[in-house]
Amino acid sequence: MASGIIGASLPRLDAMAKVTGKAKYTGDYFLADMLVGKILRSPYAHARVINIETSEAEALPGVEAVLTHENVPGNIYATAGHPHSLDPERGDVADKTILTSKARFVGDEIAAVVAVDEITAARALKLIKVEYEMLEALLSTEAALREGAPLVHDERGSNIAGSAGYHVGDIDSVMQQADFIFSDEFETGIVQHCALENHVSYAYIDEDERIVIVSSTQIPHIARRIVGQALGLPWGRIRIIKPYVGGGFGGKQDVCLEPLNAAMTMAVGGRPVKLELTREEYMIGTRTRHSVKLKLKTAVSNEGKLLAIQVDAVSNTGAYASHGHSVMLAGGSKFKYLYNFDAIRYMPRTVYTNLPVAGAMRAYGSPQIAFALESHLDNIAVKLDIDPVELRLKNFNRVGYKDPNTGNQILSCGVRECVERGKELIDWDKKRQSFKEKNERGSHKKRGLGMACFSYGTGTYPAGLEVAGARIILNQDGSVQLQIGATEIGQGSDTVFAQMAAETMGIPMGMVNVVSTQDTDISPFDTGSYASRQTYITGMAIRKAAGEVKNKILEFARRISDLPADCLEIADANIILKDSGSIIMPVAAVALQSYYDRQNSEPITADISNNARVNAISFGTTFVEVEVDIKTGQIEIIEIFNVHDSGKIINRQLAEGQVHGAVSMALGYALSEELLFDNKTGKPLNNNLLDYKLPTILDTPVIGLDFIETFEPTGPYGNKALGEPPTISPAPAIRNAVFDATGVAINRIPIRPQLAFEKFKAAGLLEGGDQVVPD
Amino acid sequence: MYLIDDYIEADSVDEAVNLLADNPERLIIAGGTDLLIKMRDGILENVQMVGIRRIEPLRKIEKDEQNVISIGAMATFNDLVRSELVQNNIPIMAEAAMTVGGPQIREMATVGGNLCNGMPSADSAPALLVLNARLKLLSKSGVRLAPLQEFYLRPGKVDLRPGELLTEILISKEDYLNFGGCYIKFAPRKAMDLAILGVAVTCRIRVTGIFDLVRIALGVAGPTPLRCEIAENFPPGKPVNDSIIAEIGRLAVKSSRARDSQRASKEFREHLVVELTQRALKSACNRAGGISYD
Repeated sequence: MASGIIGASLPRLDAMAKVTGKAKYTGDYFLADMLVGKILRSPYAHARVINIETSEAEALPGVEAVLTHENVPGNIYATAGHPHSLDPERGDVADKTILTSKARFVGDEIAAVVAVDEITAARALKLIKVEYEMLEALLSTEAALREGAPLVHDERGSNIAGSAGYHVGDIDSVMQQADFIFSDEFETGIVQHCALENHVSYAYIDEDERIVIVSSTQIPHIARRIVGQALGLPWGRIRIIKPYVGGGFGGKQDVCLEPLNAAMTMAVGGRPVKLELTREEYMIGTRTRHSVKLKLKTAVSNEGKLLAIQVDAVSNTGAYASHGHSVMLAGGSKFKYLYNFDAIRYMPRTVYTNLPVAGAMRAYGSPQIAFALESHLDNIAVKLDIDPVELRLKNFNRVGYKDPNTGNQILSCGVRECVERGKELIDWDKKRQSFKEKNERGSHKKRGLGMACFSYGTGTYPAGLEVAGARIILNQDGSVQLQIGATEIGQGSDTVFAQMAAETMGIPMGMVNVVSTQDTDISPFDTGSYASRQTYITGMAIRKAAGEVKNKILEFARRISDLPADCLEIADANIILKDSGSIIMPVAAVALQSYYDRQNSEPITADISNNARVNAISFGTTFVEVEVDIKTGQIEIIEIFNVHDSGKIINRQLAEGQVHGAVSMALGYALSEELLFDNKTGKPLNNNLLDYKLPTILDTPVIGLDFIETFEPTGPYGNKALGEPPTISPAPAIRNAVFDATGVAINRIPIRPQLAFEKFKAAGLLEGGDQVVPD
Repeated sequence: MYLIDDYIEADSVDEAVNLLADNPERLIIAGGTDLLIKMRDGILENVQMVGIRRIEPLRKIEKDEQNVISIGAMATFNDLVRSELVQNNIPIMAEAAMTVGGPQIREMATVGGNLCNGMPSADSAPALLVLNARLKLLSKSGVRLAPLQEFYLRPGKVDLRPGELLTEILISKEDYLNFGGCYIKFAPRKAMDLAILGVAVTCRIRVTGIFDLVRIALGVAGPTPLRCEIAENFPPGKPVNDSIIAEIGRLAVKSSRARDSQRASKEFREHLVVELTQRALKSACNRAGGISYD
């Protein structure tokens, strides 16, 4: 890595275009003759559609089409953004139709209108008369699991969308022999991605009668397949184009708009139709994070060794499966790498209810599991009178640990160093002591320290296929075009891909042109942006393609220079002699000749695909200091540090950006964000950014961070996952800090002032003492 | 989607009042930060509006010979925050104004609009209530002066009669001279948020460390912003100390009419009334120069 490109804080390629407004997002495109689509959503959580009367809407001037379940394809399909499964038994659950004849949540898609403008479309929606037969709304997993409860999906025969788990060792005998057994129950709230850009797409039928959909998606190639399945059309008839995307966080790792958008353009003879959700629709009509109730039971030895754990989890997936049970399976499989348990019994159930659909969201099940496990460990540490850091250090896994269920191995592990660094950054030992003394003096403001750890995978192997394509074309001037199927959605992947190609080829960053738009007609196949996979999985493909182009350049140089290729190297865009470093010719000269040499002409390209059958494990920790106002329930973050082992950091500044964004997301998860629903009707109470408490910049402390740079041998450049991991451990760390400050164990997030007040009151902290100090 | 049938921008107060006289259904749009949201949400449709943003005199903040402070109804929250007159005489107004929305909202939203919108969460209302503000309401038939306390009828409904335009908010010198004041907004977020509870307190202290006068107003503790008269009646003549202040906090709850909502429970709101009234009063005492709490 002599060039220094890997690891440098190079500015992101699209920075200027984005800050000047030049970068075009889906909603920025306007075609002549473009129509507007709007969706009629169910006002009821669970109801059968008896009749839909559309004639009045159709008669409204400016209305071009009215769609219902009766006139759009009725194919049942799965929406989750996963690779297609050749084994039908292992595929995602298919339970969705383009429009439905049975409303399964408030916001379900009953009908749609295509009109000349938004006002006409909105007026037409009001003219559609729907007659419903009301069904019992199942608004909790308890209601849905009750004996005799109505079915959310009649054809599935049960409200349980999935219940597969796993076990390791003989848990019953380990539990029987243990010195201590600890049990706790936890619950996490429903949150939403709140990407800056709402879901939006537009669709038209092109000159060749193919359906073209421009969409804000993380997964263009997968969306193509799912649209084909939903419409019952050959997949090749579908073309998906992904321009710049304003954030996804998993909410766009799903096919929410595209099949309906395609049906809309088909209904109007192929005229372009734009379908853009409002914030209110986006927050309930796309995807959310699963709320999970967890029961943990852990066996521990006298010495503080974790022996066995049983996790019983009930996950609320809402009205459609989407990613469904995969989220619980993924979340439950990743903590194994962190602590060395002799026995594990993991018993998750994913349950349908009449609430909005939960799907993929940053870290995919791990934040829920980590909140429970890491909070549980602090409860145990207090009961055993062990420092929470010590308890964890006693139990961490090491390099060489092999997942007993999959055989996948830890090959790099910096978790101990992360924890040591976190301790040092927050001044753990000193503050723990001084806060105890201060808190005992009786002020209503208490300080506390907390920490939590995580382990996480890079990509989805072995559960999922991890294939990625890259294509590099050497231009006539020696620069290259880099095409990938992996999607830039704001996380900075295009920039690190350019760094990788430049590094491997020996050319400066400025000579790598990344084609940022994915077009399923043109871009190499890649399953998309999710699972923190891109720098690792797509990185492997880029390394392979860049290596191939480099070899072809050197081979071409040999042919025209008569020097053996293996004594040549590329540095700073020059062909040099390996030993002396003397310059033979610029890469540009090779490039030009590769196009125009009358004997040797053969323009240089590489078009490769890589199937990664490995998974690198990332580690990290959060250390946090809070101040709790006992009287008002307000929790203030004084200091927070995330320390990560994500292997080699490719671009320090972009990596810091990932951590900042993920920690900010976790602060909301821990303290303020939760989608709320009327407990009788299931109507959303706060699907807007006023009532849903996404933290503002004033609520966000300075986010401290550091990286422990291990070298991951399977990573293309020593790297492993970073995109999702930083959002896993802050919530339990904050909860543990509140516990440390107050002695009150709050086992539910978000810990809003209302909840904190109730818990502090129940714990007797509010009794007596009118010691009030002004702010 | 904004369904607007008709919009006229008035150049003068007279023109606005005439337009309202011709059509009392016409909605007055000031900063638009509440009205446009209602239109986007479809709560208001096919409206006829009169814009008053160009009427510069409505934006003035000034003090007359009798030291009566007049705040133009079109003064924005940023105008209040930046006004030296406000900062020097009624700093509680600047403090309350600073808690509204975010920078963009404070630049657009007006104090008159905040009051006329009638929301129990209006941040300007508790502060103006403890300042005993009076409203100057102009119509073709003349001027009507109304105490703010009588202006609020129920949530979203104020006593703005057909044809009337709120032009000024008046505060007399006996309601601010030698007072200390404090506004505490309790909200989930530090910006861009609505209060779960707003507490405004002003007080005057005798040099001997005895309460002369205390005024307390609450936002979101009932269907309208309200004054806590029971608590206010207690302190005059009593010493400024923790136990008296604690008692004032407890008494403040007696005037509140909090209820359960998804934002906070009645019990939590009442607990906050007790706690935050004390905190606001202690800050107000500090600022009144009567006692030092820190």
